[in-house]
This record gives sequence, C-alpha cells and structure tokens, in this order.
Amino acid sequence: MPGAEPRVEYSPSLGDEVKTTTCYMCACRCGIKVHLKDGKVRYIEGNPDHPVNKGVLCGKGSAGIMTQYAPARLRAPLLRVGERGAGEFKEITWAEALDIATGWLSKVRAEDPRKLAFFTGRDQSQSLTGFWAAQFGTPNFAAHGGFCSVNMAAGGLYTIGGSFWEFGEPDWDLAKYLLMFGVAEDHDSNPIKTGIGKLKARGAKFVSVNPVRTGYSAVADEWVGIRPGTDGLFALSLAHELLRTEQVDVAFLARYTNAPWLVVRNPGGADDGLFARDAEGRPLAWDRARGAIAAATADLSAVLAGDYVLEDGRKVVPVFQLMAERYMAPEYAPEAVAATCGIPAARIRRIAAEIADVAFNQAITLNQPWVDVYGRQHETMVGRPVAFHAMRGISAHSNGFHSCRALHVVQMLLGAVDTPGSWRYKSPFPRPIPPGPPPAGKGARPNTPLVGNLLSFPQGPDDLLVNDDGSPIRIDKAFSWEAPLGLHGMMHTVIANAGADDPYPIDTLFMFMANMAWNSAMNPGEVIRILTEKRANGEYRIPHVIYSDAYFSETVPYADLILPDTTFLERWDAISILDRPIGSSHGPGDSIRQPVVEPDRDVRAFQTVLIELGARLGLPAFTKEDGTPRFKDYPDYLTNHQRSPGVGPLAGFRGVDGDKKGVGEPNPDQLQRYIENGCFWQHKLPPEQSYFKHANAAYLKDSKAMGLIPNENQVVMQIWSEPLQKFRLAAQGHGPKQPPEHLRARVEKYCDPLPIWYTPLEQQMHDTTPFPLSAITQRPMHMYHSWGSMNAWLRQITGSNKLYLARERGEAQGLADEDWVWVTSRNGKLKCQVKLMEGVNPDTVWTWNAIGKRAGAWMLTPDSPEATKGFLLNHVISEWLPAQEGFRSANADPVTGQAAWYDLRVSVEKCAADEVPISEPQWATLTPPDNMPPAPDMLRYTVGVKP
Amino acid sequence: MKPAGSIVFFTVASGAGYGLLFWLGLLGATGQVAGSAGFTLVALVLALLLVTAGLCSSLLHLGHAERAWRALSQWRSSWLSREGVAAIITYVPAVLGGVCLLTGAAQAAQVLGLLAAVCALATVYCTSMIYASLKPIKEWAHPLVPAGYVVLALFSGACLLAVLLALAGQDATVPALQALVFGGLAAALKWQYWRSIDTARPIATLESATGLGRIGTTRPLDPPHTQSNYLMREMGFRVARKHAVSLRTLTLWAGLAGPAVLAALALALGGALAALLRVLAALLAVGGLLVERWLMFAEATHTVTLYYRGT
Amino acid sequence: MTCLPAAKPGQKKLGLVIDLDTCVGCQACATNCKEWNASGHSAPLPDFNAYSAGAEGVWFNRVHSYEAGDGGAGKTVHFPRSCLHCDNAACVTVCPTGASYKRAEDGIVLVDADKCIGCQLCAWACAYGAREFDEDEGVMKKCTLCVDRIYNENIPEAQRKPACVVTCPTGARHFGDLGDPESDVSKLVAARDGYALMPELDYQPVNRYLPPRKHVVPEQGKPVEDAPTPMDIKSGLLRWMDKVLTR
Repeated sequence: MPGAEPRVEYSPSLGDEVKTTTCYMCACRCGIKVHLKDGKVRYIEGNPDHPVNKGVLCGKGSAGIMTQYAPARLRAPLLRVGERGAGEFKEITWAEALDIATGWLSKVRAEDPRKLAFFTGRDQSQSLTGFWAAQFGTPNFAAHGGFCSVNMAAGGLYTIGGSFWEFGEPDWDLAKYLLMFGVAEDHDSNPIKTGIGKLKARGAKFVSVNPVRTGYSAVADEWVGIRPGTDGLFALSLAHELLRTEQVDVAFLARYTNAPWLVVRNPGGADDGLFARDAEGRPLAWDRARGAIAAATADLSAVLAGDYVLEDGRKVVPVFQLMAERYMAPEYAPEAVAATCGIPAARIRRIAAEIADVAFNQAITLNQPWVDVYGRQHETMVGRPVAFHAMRGISAHSNGFHSCRALHVVQMLLGAVDTPGSWRYKSPFPRPIPPGPPPAGKGARPNTPLVGNLLSFPQGPDDLLVNDDGSPIRIDKAFSWEAPLGLHGMMHTVIANAGADDPYPIDTLFMFMANMAWNSAMNPGEVIRILTEKRANGEYRIPHVIYSDAYFSETVPYADLILPDTTFLERWDAISILDRPIGSSHGPGDSIRQPVVEPDRDVRAFQTVLIELGARLGLPAFTKEDGTPRFKDYPDYLTNHQRSPGVGPLAGFRGVDGDKKGVGEPNPDQLQRYIENGCFWQHKLPPEQSYFKHANAAYLKDSKAMGLIPNENQVVMQIWSEPLQKFRLAAQGHGPKQPPEHLRARVEKYCDPLPIWYTPLEQQMHDTTPFPLSAITQRPMHMYHSWGSMNAWLRQITGSNKLYLARERGEAQGLADEDWVWVTSRNGKLKCQVKLMEGVNPDTVWTWNAIGKRAGAWMLTPDSPEATKGFLLNHVISEWLPAQEGFRSANADPVTGQAAWYDLRVSVEKCAADEVPISEPQWATLTPPDNMPPAPDMLRYTVGVKP
Repeated sequence: MKPAGSIVFFTVASGAGYGLLFWLGLLGATGQVAGSAGFTLVALVLALLLVTAGLCSSLLHLGHAERAWRALSQWRSSWLSREGVAAIITYVPAVLGGVCLLTGAAQAAQVLGLLAAVCALATVYCTSMIYASLKPIKEWAHPLVPAGYVVLALFSGACLLAVLLALAGQDATVPALQALVFGGLAAALKWQYWRSIDTARPIATLESATGLGRIGTTRPLDPPHTQSNYLMREMGFRVARKHAVSLRTLTLWAGLAGPAVLAALALALGGALAALLRVLAALLAVGGLLVERWLMFAEATHTVTLYYRGT
Repeated sequence: MTCLPAAKPGQKKLGLVIDLDTCVGCQACATNCKEWNASGHSAPLPDFNAYSAGAEGVWFNRVHSYEAGDGGAGKTVHFPRSCLHCDNAACVTVCPTGASYKRAEDGIVLVDADKCIGCQLCAWACAYGAREFDEDEGVMKKCTLCVDRIYNENIPEAQRKPACVVTCPTGARHFGDLGDPESDVSKLVAARDGYALMPELDYQPVNRYLPPRKHVVPEQGKPVEDAPTPMDIKSGLLRWMDKVLTR
C-alpha cells in the first residue's frame, strides 16, 4: 500500500529564548548558547562567534543539560548533626549558615588568621578567592594548581615568560611539525582539538610523545610510547643532537634569550653562577669588539662561547657555553638515554633531524614588517614551524619542572618560540621573567589583611615564605625550602600537614569544589582518617570544616557546614583578566558567566556568599568605611571592584562609555555589554603584533597600556635561571637565608640553573624491583575530574574503568581481558579488572581517572558500576615520599611542590579464582542528606516537542 | 540473538497448527484419512486454535500490538507483512471449509481444504523467509532455513494428526508414516544445517565492518558505553558452545528421531499402547521443536556484535 | 512505502563523511546528538536506570575505539557509528507497516513513530546496529540526520547541519550530498579513498569513512644502553667559539 511520506516538521522552534554564557564543565571555558523553553534547557550549543571554541562544543559541554538537572545537586545549607562521615545533617537557612560561618571565621581571624586554610579546588575565580584570603589575613590559600599544573606554569614562566598548560598554543595555522607531550585534555580542550583538525587537514606532521596511544595520540602521525617520567631526558637528548649537529638558531638565541649573558664563574663564591651585571644592574654580554657591555645593547656582537675576565677580575662565561657543555655530554647522547626512555637511539636521532629539518630548511617567511624593542624595523617575520605542546605527562612528575624547562630549551635552540609556525604565547603572556612581585604571606596578624598576592613569584631566598629557622610559614609548605617555586600552593599537603600539626594546627578548613575525600586527594583514605580524627579532648583535629559544592560529592559527609553552590548555568562568574582569562595568541580576552536558569533550590553562588562573608567579617576591601557591605553581590563586585586604579576583574568595556580596554574606570553597564557581546570580550592584535611578542615593541607597548604587563621591556628568555642559582647558592652556605640542614643537599641538587633530568624522587627512594610497572591515569575527554558521574548521559559512556596494560605483558602473566587483578604499590593495594591493549608502553599501566566512585555518592545507587567495578588509582598513591629519618617530604616536585602522582610504580597480579568480582578497596556506603529527593529510575528528558 | 519466548512459542505453535491444517487439507482431499466430518472439524478447530494462539503470542513481542493491523500493508517488500497477510488469508478457506463440513458440503470442503493447505504452507514459508532474508545473521540467511521451517511444521502437524486420529480410535497410519518420514527428513536437515553453520565463513569481520583491515588485525579497545544496551541484549545473546551441543543432541534425538521411532513403534504395535506412544511422540516433538526454535535464536549471530566484541 | 524509492540519476543522497584520521574520540558528536534529539524529531530518547547499575539509553550515535595492527606499528582508531542511510536499506524493506521509509527527496531513512508497531525487525535487519528501540514507548528510533536541523529556518544557514557535525571539535565529520560527485563531501571521499562499511552485505551505505592516513612505522629494535657517541666536548665547543652574532 504505497502512501505519501509522512509530514516532517522541518523548522521546529528551538525554544522561546536563547542566552549566551560560558561553559564550566572543564577548564577550557567555551562560549555557549543555551536555548530555553519555559525556563528549561532545550539545547546547549557552542557559540560560533566565541574566540575559544568558535561554535564547537565537546562531549562534556554537550551533555550540560544532565549536569544542570542532576539529582546530586545539593538543595539547601546543611549543618552536620552526627559524627563526621556519618552523613547526618540538618537543613538550615542561609542566615543560620552565614551566622555559623561568620562565628567560626571571625574567631580565627581575631586570634590567628593562619589557622584558616582556604583551598578552592577547580576554582575559576581565584583572583577573588585569593584576594579574599589575603584580606582575611591568612597565607593559607590555593586552588588545586599544585596538583595539576604548577610544573608547567613555573617551568614556563621562569624560562620563556609564558607557558604550555593553557597559556600557550601551537600556531595551528602554520605549524608544519607538532611535537606533543602528554596533554591534559581539559586544558585548552576544544582549541587543541580544532587545531589538530586543522593541522591534519594541512598534512602537517604530528608526533605524540605519550606512554598511551589514545585520544590525541591516536591521531598522531607518529606515536612515541615513552616511559613515564623520562620526557625531560628525551628532550635533553634532542638538545644534544641539535647541538652536536650544529642545528640551532644562533641568531634567535643571541637576540631573544640569555644565551649571550655572562655568568660569573667563582666556584665556592657567593656570586658563582650569577649574572655579571653592570653598575645599573643590567646583565652583561661579551661583545667581540667592545668586551663586556650591557646585553641589552642594540648593536651587540655577542660571543656565545669562551672564557672571559671582567675588568674587576671576575671570570665569566656566556650562558650558551654552560648549556652546550652540559648537553653535549655523552650522558645525553641518544644511545645513553634510549633504554631509560624506552625509545631506540635511532628514533631519537631521526626525530631530532626531522625537527631541525623543518625548523631550518622549511622556515616560513611572512611578509609582515614589525619593529623590535630596539626600534629596528624588520621587513619579514621568519618562523621555525616546529611547535611543541605539553601538559600533564610532564607536569605530574617530581622531575616535571626541569622536564618542562628542558622542552623550552629545545624550543629556544630551534628558535621556535612565538614565531610563525611555532608555539605561541597566549595573551596576557609573555610577561617579565619572573612575572611579578614575590608572594605575600609573611607577618600574618590578627584582624589584618596581607598585602599582595598570596600566590606569586619568588626571585630568590629572601622571597620565600619561611621563618627565621627556615621552617614554612604556609600550612602547605609552598614557597618553603621544600617547594621554593610552589606558585600554585600545595593543596595535596594541606590536610596531611594539618593532621600532623605540621607546621602548626589549623582551626578551620574552608574548601570550595575540591573533592578532597576522594579523587582530589593523592591518598583519600588518609584524608578521611584525618578529617575524622579527634584529639584527646574529644575535639576534631581540624575543628571546623566548611565546604561549598554544587553536588553531593564524597567530601560532603566530612564537612560540618555545607554551603550549596549553584550550577554553572545558574551563576555569575568572571573568567577574569586578573586570573586565567581566555586570551589567545590572537589577542587578549576575558569572559563572564550569566545565570540562564533560575535555581530551583535554596542555593547561592559561592562567590556571592564569599563576598557577603567578607562584609560580615569586616574585611576592608569588602566593607565600606561605615561598615556596610561594599558589594551587593558578585555581579556588583565584578563591575565595581578595582584591584588597582582602573583595573578590575574584567578588561572589556571599561570606562563610563564602555570604550576602554584593560584600564579604565568601572562601567556600570559592563556586564550588560558583555552579555550583548556574547558574554566575552576580545581584542584582536594587528598583524604586526602577532609574533615575536617578547621583543615586539608595538605589542609590548599596547599590552602595557592595557595593563596586561608592568613594563615594555623585552622579555628575555632564560636558559640559565638565576633565581634557581640563588636558591642553590643559599644551599651552598651563602647569604642570610639558608635551607635547613635536612634540605640543604636537596635544594642544591634540584635548584640547578640549567634543566636536568633525574629519576623521579619516589622511584629513587624505594626499591622498585617488586614494582616493575609505571602506573598513570588520564582523564577521558568526556569527563572532568569527578564532574561526570552524576551526569546521566556521561556515566553511560564511562561508568567503570579498567586497568590497561600491554597485551604482550598481560598475556605473559596469563591475563585476559576482564580478569580481576590486584595492583600493589609501596603504599597499598587495590583490586580491579584489566584490559589488554597494543598502544601502551610495555612498562606502563594506566586507567581512566576519577571514574571510580564511593558507593552512595553523587546520588548513584550503591550497586552502580562506578562503585562496584570502578576504582581510583589514588588509593595506592602516597602523598609522602618514602620515609626519611625524622623527616617526611611531600611526594612532589622538589622545586615547585607539584604533586607527583605520575611517579607511581606498581605490580599487577591475577586474583584468585574464588575472589569476589568487586573492586577494592570498598568504603562504607554514603547516605545522601535527607533533603535530597531520590533519583528517578528512568529519564525521558525532553523539552517542548512532546508533552 | 536473544530467544524471545513469545516468538519461539509463536513459530512452534503456529507451525504445528499450519502443519496440521496442511495435512488435514491434503489428506482429506486425497481421502487418505478416513476421519469423520466431526473429527475433521475438531482437528481443524485445534489447528486454528494453535495458529491463533501463536499469532497472539507474536503480538506480545510488539511494542504496539494495537497497531498490528498496520503490518498487513507492506506485503510488497516485507516478509513479515506477507506472513501477516498469508496468515489472515489462510483463515478464509480454513473457516469456510469448516462451515462446509458442518453443512455437509463435502466436495467444497475438500477443495477449500486443499486451498487452506496451500495457504498454510505459504504462511510457514513467509515466516521462514522473515528470518532467511536477514543478511546480517548468517545462521538465518541460510538456504536450509525455509526448508527447515516447512519440514518441521509438516512434521509437527503430522505428529498432531496422528495423535488426534489415535485418540479418536481411528487409523493413523498415514500421518504416522508422514511423521516418520518428515521427522527423519527434519533430523537430516537440521544436522546438515548445523554442520553448515558451524563451518560457514563469517558474513563479515570486524576488519570489514570498520574498514580497518587495511591496517591490520583489528581489536575492540573501549566500547561506546561501559554498560549493556538494547542492541547487545537483543543481538549479543550467545549460548555457550557446550550447551548448544547438548541442546542440538536433545533436539535431534528426543525431538525428532524419538517421535519418529515412537511413531514407527506405534504402527507396529497398534492398539491403546499405540495411542499412548503417539501422544508421547507428539509431546516430544513439541518439546523438541521448542528447543530447536530456541536454538535458532541462541545460535544466531548478528554482525552488530562485531562492533562490540570483534566477533 | 517500505519499497525503496526508485533510483534516479543524480539522486540527492544526504549523508555523513567521517574522518577516522582526525577523530579523537571525544564523544561530542554522541552527546550533542543526544541533547538535540532528546527534544527533536524522535523525542524523547529515554535513559533507563539513569542513576544506578545497568544504565543505558537510546543514542543515535555511539563512538567505539579499536586498535588496528599490532604493537607500536598499529593504530588506535576512534570510530563513531550511526545510521548510514543505506541506498539498499533492508531496515526499510523489512518493515511491515511502512513506518520505516527512505525519503525520495534526500535519501534520509526515517521512522514514522505513529505507524511503528515495535516489531524490531528493522533492528535485526540493520547490519550496523543503527536502530535504537525505545523500550518505554515501544517504537523504534534512529538517526534522523537531524532532519529538523538541516532544513530548519530558525537556525542560521551555516548551522543547518546535523548536530554531530556542527559540534565536532576536530572537524572530523562532514555533511553533504554524496549523490552529487561535485559536492565537497564527494570530492573528499574521492581524494581520501573513503569507503563504505561492510560492503559484502550490499546495503550500499551512503555514509563514508575516511581511513587513517599512513603513519610512521617506528624503528624496530630494543633500546640500547651505554653506547654513547664518541665526541670530544671541548672540540665541539670550540666550534661555537667562532659564532659571533650581530643583532
């Protein structure tokens, strides 16, 4: 019975309203358009006009509806009524909650503000939270960067004045060769994906150096399955090859790096290894005709090698020579590193030859005139089209700082920093090296703000946050001799240190969005133990725990006071120019979130709560002279707060007319202007400012004018790092501030002014023979930390995780897919299932991170696969290095304090046949607060089309 | 493929019903069964009951049984639609034949019986072609599948007719012989079918399903979703090899050879014992057929599992 | 209705071209498809046991991953799988009710949910697992190629593509008329040796997959230790002595 085709509704409406805002399902911060029907979300799509994602949207962002409506959303403020961990809460009003918080906090502030530890997890408003902490007067503030990124930040900011991580990007349009090292998917997520798409469409070569061949590595033209923790050695071997074959960009080194700067050679002296400077403090270089003159001389003819003697008799040598001496040594020859890295020497040679060939024989010349800082006009921009990018695989090792610096050294040798086709700075970088003043935190006093940024940039021992005896000022020991460049704080040590009253006990732990009782801790079991531990007097060791989160995470039951946060679609926010803005290599930018959905719960955005608490506590910046609140709420703060005159959280549409960029008086209509512009602001750089930004006069001038950098000076890249040498000199016994004895040798060794490679600390310090396998994790592209399992769509995609290992290795152990195994480290054991695969380094096992959940958390039923089959590798990681005599050191990078959770070594053994097929360890099932309605069995989410 | 109880029952019951209808019509028309009109009427009603019960059972498989009438519309392309049409058409001569029997129009009844026999056979063939036309399932898209359905329907129908005749105290020699012949034929056919599907080349491989064979041996790494889904529950059902072997043996010996031998024995012995043996034979045949039909599903593999399991 | 439209020369065949060389397996196409279609032509797409064990739902697009080839010489491939809108669509011809149909004007295979009796035969007939049964509603659903987007006058013209294509961050998904040899997608298929899945079934899928490009097969051999290149550092450095750079 043939019939006509049924009528299809071709042009259904997308809803009655569309609002723009900024995604918050990872750190990428894409622009989104949210289509609404009767206030309900119909569809979330990428905003085509947005500079970050240009219309695309990833798997997480596209599942935002289920994050918005997850049953795990907390509903109202809660006060603990049972024991910690028992999950017994009573619902209270906001007035009560704020009274309680104010009571606890005002007492701490009046007695000893250091006893507040304020740590904010995956916070995207650190310019506010950090400022609030300083106003409170505690040095103990950080977000989770010490876990995540500080090796990349410190390695880059102290070397090239910018960084991989999310502050730099390959020149996706022009690069001919991309060398990518272990990238964390959630930083620059969509731009990297889009960039790889462009790269592949152009037929450029993409080499991925990664122990695991998934994600980006899967589409690489060449996969280098390196052994974890050896990337730095591989990079230095590339440097060895480039130097050996004399394929380095000498002109670039001489112009843009400190390669020609003269270093004092005075072994044993207090100035050994420091730069020779003139009377004005300017570093010197050796001019062939004129001898030692200021390196910043326009017509310098610098020598790069040779021993020289200054007029005052000091012996000096150019940085280049020190570098070449080191890396041309046989220990960095490909043959010498091959076994350690797991890469045949011939392959290292070939890759070095390939990048040299692309850099020097396939250089790009853009017919784009520009003017350098010396006022010289250049008719073209010559690019070395080899781009590097790196993140997690470098970052999460205890040698990550130096490995990151090693990569930057290779970039500099190639002349491939911010040139056409190479890696490029993203605005607001480059910044001076180091970029800012030293960290605040000294001299905390009752009821007194600390002046300055708590997380900032030490230049030497004087800037460290240590007491006269060398002991740490901060609870997490960041900026102490244990982690002199602990730029992002050390969230992973806070609870452990507080648990040992080391260096002092704390009263209140205030956390935001940090799932410390689960996947955000290196060792969740230990965190749970400390949070529930009581002193002899019956008081909890940490007497008060305040926690703000939007969801019922594993940490909620361990807090005393819960301040329920809004979802990402219900809030104001700034992706602030003062923090981690959305600038790109094409120019500066920042953005906002606006509420697009009304909360259906009694919840408040954490930032608004924080501002109100600030006013209640009488913090000067949050209170008017008459004692009334300075800001009504968060949007009021975003509009009217000025960090310095004319500089506020948002750089766009400043000034009364909204026509000023970067610097300008507050504009009462600023947020409205952002909304009209799609919730972002960007300034597009003119073409003459696109490259060589570190030495580009017009760029530096304009950036200074916009308040992005403090001066217009050339940013000279630092191969030889003087701050590190200063720490080393202190360890060698020079100067008034010296490390305590037990750290002296460590500081001397690891504060090397040139990049070094060493076996990760944990692996040096215990017998790894019983633990032959490196164990690492990675995050699936569709999940961000723990934010995914409460999402009904995302948890279908990944609801449990397995341990992946090389097929050959697994089969040799009699293992087959789905077999249950015990994974043992020096710190403990866990049980999970295995999956054999081809594309993994044979000495490495890995799994998806943060998929395992504690039974009952996130409003999942206890039989959920997240709890019965999923597992967290964290359970076998230790936050401490193997015990040392009378002293324990964080399992972290010795320079930056970065948590070294990729240094783990394990063994894998098949479970006995009669063991229960459930992952271990198992924890007591969590019970959600009474005020949370049960999760539905079935979802038929739909908006508009069918009733 | 997951054995759906409703479908297994449907094909067995309606198969037997159509088989019975076929023999009634054919043997009745050729006068080889000496049953009375009353007997024929009772057998006819039984056949239609079986057919109807089967068809009703098949409705249970549907998401929207109330729309089942729509299934009659696409006979030009769909074997399922053709089956529905054929099933309904079959009722016409069968019911009219019954009316003629009632009214004593014996000659008309014979003609209508023959017509009903043809329609019954056609319906069973249509049913078989639903399966045999599904290319992604190599165990179904097999030339012996239609033959198997038809032969098994004739076998079970013959068994039933023999029982009915025996119970009515009438001569069941002819249908018993048919049961013997078709039971043997069915056994041979199934044996050959199983041998054939055991050795058949897969219709596709993961390499061809993904096109990645050009790179090399292809293996699944991560599934799209870590838990199961409709497709995997429906198409991914697999019976363990050792269970399959024992079920095949059961079908072959207890379900096909057994009834055939019992039918032969009944012929030889006669009398009340023969009736009992025939009842036993029919019960065995029905049980065997249920097992055979369950196996038809359980042993069938669908190409979609290539994507999930690689095989 | 369930007879396939007669083949005409130059017949418009809308479909997808999926570049396996570029897909990084991010699942954007899967979830964006899900959210669009949750309120789209075949709405809703239910999810069962949404917050417990056995969570599963109706998805029109599922992304597998495979490894092809052995060890380091092999390749990991992310493989999105959805309806291929076959020219010879058995899912359509087996349908007893006419609920499944292939549109004459653009070749899209659709289900008319009002006619579907939920017999699921189309799911059996589809070799590729593209049919998704809504067990709650009792009707079959499937990829509509976003028929309610691609012609939607409420959507800016540049976005009138299937949701999976618009959202794909790597640009690994392309949409167009594969019946027109001059279309961008057809040219892409020709240039990149695009192929159809499971050609042996002769379902004649419209969608095409672009194979991973040839990649570097790394040097074989185990890494060697302790065989440094003989090199005189001093003389190496001496070479640099002469390099003097004028800015």
